[in-house]
Amino acid sequence: MTVSAGTIWTVILLLAAGTFLIRFSFLGIVGNRKLPEWLLRHLRYTPVAFLPAIAAPLVLWPAATDGVPDPARLAAAAVTVALGLWTRNVLLAVVAGLTVLFIGLALLPS
Amino acid sequence: MRTTTRNSAFWRGARDGAPFLLVIVPFAVLFGVVATEAGLSIAETMGFTVLVIAGAAQFTAVQLLSENAPVWVVLATSLAVNLRMAMYSAALTPHLGAAPLWQRALVAYFNVDQSFATASLQYEREPEMPVASKVAYFLGTVSHIAPMWYLFTWLGGVAGAAIPPGFALDFALPITFLALVAPALRTLAHVAAALVAVTVALLAAGLPPGSGILLAGVFGMLAGAEVERRRGLGR
Repeated sequence: MTVSAGTIWTVILLLAAGTFLIRFSFLGIVGNRKLPEWLLRHLRYTPVAFLPAIAAPLVLWPAATDGVPDPARLAAAAVTVALGLWTRNVLLAVVAGLTVLFIGLALLPS
Repeated sequence: MRTTTRNSAFWRGARDGAPFLLVIVPFAVLFGVVATEAGLSIAETMGFTVLVIAGAAQFTAVQLLSENAPVWVVLATSLAVNLRMAMYSAALTPHLGAAPLWQRALVAYFNVDQSFATASLQYEREPEMPVASKVAYFLGTVSHIAPMWYLFTWLGGVAGAAIPPGFALDFALPITFLALVAPALRTLAHVAAALVAVTVALLAAGLPPGSGILLAGVFGMLAGAEVERRRGLGR
């Protein structure tokens, strides 16, 4: 890396401040005032919208395989979702998904 | 009595957040390895991990720094990756808005994907929890995640490139997110939100880092809210 330590610390401090302000934004400013019903109706779906949106490209085009779809990772993701839907048990779904991933990686060298 | 309730909420949060250690530990090690491999000192690596405490944005920043991108590009892109947390902040406000300012600031610092995911799902299950218990629950979810995030980033930085790529560390994050979302798909509205978000995220994959996710998340929320408006909050 050819960037100076001063530049790196500038990025760290500004990124830290910016990230905190993003996280604090609504919590800090709105506080205890009532949010309108239409807004609450949208906010209810924040986790179920954002988390799969982050996961989907990582599942389909993993950086580790240079973006080439990988059968082991696809199978692991499918098993995780299926078990999560079926058992409603987060930890069980994680463990099953990782198990399928490692078995898949061992059997199907990509 | 109040203290007991708060304590038990804290421990419940700690228990519900525990599965995320499976993601956080490898993710932290990976960041330590990647950052020091890219030429960052241990102090700089830990500066990112402790002060920014946002894995995806940290990876983005290090990647762009190592490509010698201008500082404003590094900042704009990494902050865009974090913009989803404005939504998290907004979603927590109805539940935690009544807490004292310093507690809200503390929650804001610890408002990461894992704590938000765990806590927001809990608040939706039990909206009648008292505010103090909700804060305690939130802090419980990060009581192990945050210290382990710091510790294992440091270990990754010190251990360097000794971790074989065959461990597929990259996949711990999507697996955990999927495991968390699947049980939460309780109504048609939740399913619609997730499906629309996934579709848009895949279609928008070519956009600059972070913006596709932001767009997908917003469309997913719109879809969920629209289905709920038409059908009500039934199961």
